[in-house]
Amino acid sequence: MKLDSALAKKFYHQMLLIRRFEEKCIEAYSSQKICGFLHLYIGEEAVGVGVLSALSNEDAVVATYREHGQALVKGISAKSVMAELYGKSEGCSRGRGGSMHLYSADKRFYGGNAIVGGGLPFAIGLALADKMIKRNRVTVCIFGDGAVAEGEFHESLNLAALWKLPVLFVCENNLYGMGTALKYAESETNISKKAAAYKISSRQLDGMDVIAVAQAAQEAIKSIKERNGPQFLEALTYRFRAHSMFDAELYRDKSEVEEWKKKDPLITFKNRLKEMDLYSSIPIEEIEREVAKTIEDAVAFAEKGTLEPIEDLEKFVYSVEAT
Amino acid sequence: MSENTTYREAVKRAIHKAMKEDERVFLMGEDVGRYGGSYAVSMGFLEEFGSERIIDTPLCESGFTGAGIGAAVNGMRPIVEIMTINFSFLALDQIINSASKLLYMSGGQFNVPIVIRMATGGGNQLGAQHSHSLEGWYAHVPGLKVLTPATVQDAYDMVGLALDHPDPILIFENSNLYNTKGELDTNATPLPIGKAKIHREGKDLTLLTYGVNLLKALKAHERLAKEGIDVEVIDLRSLRPLDDEAIMASVKKTHRVMIVDEGWKSGSISAEIMARINEQAFYELDAPMVRVCSAEVPFPYAEHLERAAMPQVDEIVAMAHKVMEES
Repeated sequence: MKLDSALAKKFYHQMLLIRRFEEKCIEAYSSQKICGFLHLYIGEEAVGVGVLSALSNEDAVVATYREHGQALVKGISAKSVMAELYGKSEGCSRGRGGSMHLYSADKRFYGGNAIVGGGLPFAIGLALADKMIKRNRVTVCIFGDGAVAEGEFHESLNLAALWKLPVLFVCENNLYGMGTALKYAESETNISKKAAAYKISSRQLDGMDVIAVAQAAQEAIKSIKERNGPQFLEALTYRFRAHSMFDAELYRDKSEVEEWKKKDPLITFKNRLKEMDLYSSIPIEEIEREVAKTIEDAVAFAEKGTLEPIEDLEKFVYSVEAT
Repeated sequence: MSENTTYREAVKRAIHKAMKEDERVFLMGEDVGRYGGSYAVSMGFLEEFGSERIIDTPLCESGFTGAGIGAAVNGMRPIVEIMTINFSFLALDQIINSASKLLYMSGGQFNVPIVIRMATGGGNQLGAQHSHSLEGWYAHVPGLKVLTPATVQDAYDMVGLALDHPDPILIFENSNLYNTKGELDTNATPLPIGKAKIHREGKDLTLLTYGVNLLKALKAHERLAKEGIDVEVIDLRSLRPLDDEAIMASVKKTHRVMIVDEGWKSGSISAEIMARINEQAFYELDAPMVRVCSAEVPFPYAEHLERAAMPQVDEIVAMAHKVMEES
């Protein structure tokens, strides 16, 4: 991967968009414009941006309930994501999904699964169909370290390897499954080793460094598209905020959070750019303004959005042609 | 033109026809290929269609059911065979949290045209973990449709109906039906999903049932006819949706109701049917509704105990007399 100023600008723009979008979400949550669960990606932006940079439009993404960032990067507009969080008709799931269930058929974004591990078998199926239909496209399946303890994780890795499916597994290892540290959940805390046990080519990498993630994802996707079967990336990352919106964070020390904040993906990226003499080519302030405008427009769009009529409550339980 | 054949053969022919006509259709599950299917439904399919379309899976119900759901969303028409309903509990996450909800959660963007078949029912001394009849559980869930073919014709028709359907369909094949014989007309127009079928018209008592208990109900009908009770026997065919219209029409005719269901009573489909009749046709009733269900025990192994735990013809006949004696 060659990082030029255009790509560097894109990475910075996407990571900043996620950061500022979610900061706005916190405000909207405080004023009860957004309700329910709201799981923020702040601190983990480099993973989503880096991995998705390696995809083409026809590749699919299956994500978790912490998926605002990936949804935005896959191309679902900030307007329609924000409208969804506001519960409006104009939202990407017409107000029926909410924060944990963002979808777009056009962008091949398959949610938004709020059952830990539940997205993995589904991703296997997407890839199986692609293989059967002989379409050379990849399904990226993103999940957290918590999912690794689930049976569905092991069933899915086995099936993907056994059937040589075009799946890129991405484990966002943020060290905690909600409030339980990985060391209390796993006998083997090196998750990439578990993938290797299924004969899946796997590696562990710095998930705070968007360049490292993008590089690894690009290599993995290339291998998958050459029909070599699945690949596995374990991105070591950290969630800066609570698990959801309210969380006393009794399970981790403030000092640990502060240590990780030094590796903030935005800071890390700036440092990398400086090392590469690319920093001066990034119009930081201009990007900040662009992002601010995008979010301002998204909020205005969501505010102005309409509510689904109550008469349509039962719409989409079954397909229209079947009812 | 119709012919006499087995229920197993009817399911097999329906899948065979679908595989021939639509290359998107494939069969996936435990032992469907080399073994030929645990109930021999797919015997010979592997040789004919190859291992890409007849897929032997490892023992991972959640994994392969979820894979079927993903494949359905991505352009295929999978038939997932779960060896028995007992094992489907391991796939509940995928069936309930994914298949049934995806269309709704996505605001209408992703329908899931999957067919999930499984054997169900007790009566073979297989013990408590292999004798469940919990079709009614699945009927609780919006987004799913639950079919219970009882006849050879339905065993054939329902596979095709389900594959033509845009949403997830569960087909429950009672294992005691596979060897039963009946008439099959492969050119007949199938009765649609959600329509009940009156197998015997009667004026005294409405007997509502589904699956293998249709056979017991028909035997009870014969005996009761000789004893002067004219029973209307209705095969529900589909537990979700229920054919309220057909049920209420019969209640309005006979004014007495018995439900025969191999499920347990508590929180069951029989309870649901009673509630609907109560809501929609209460004043038509001349007597309290009754039901013959399985005893509220895990199914026992010993033959006499298992027999006592399940609905039997004698009990249906006795219950019919009881409900007719109510003034």
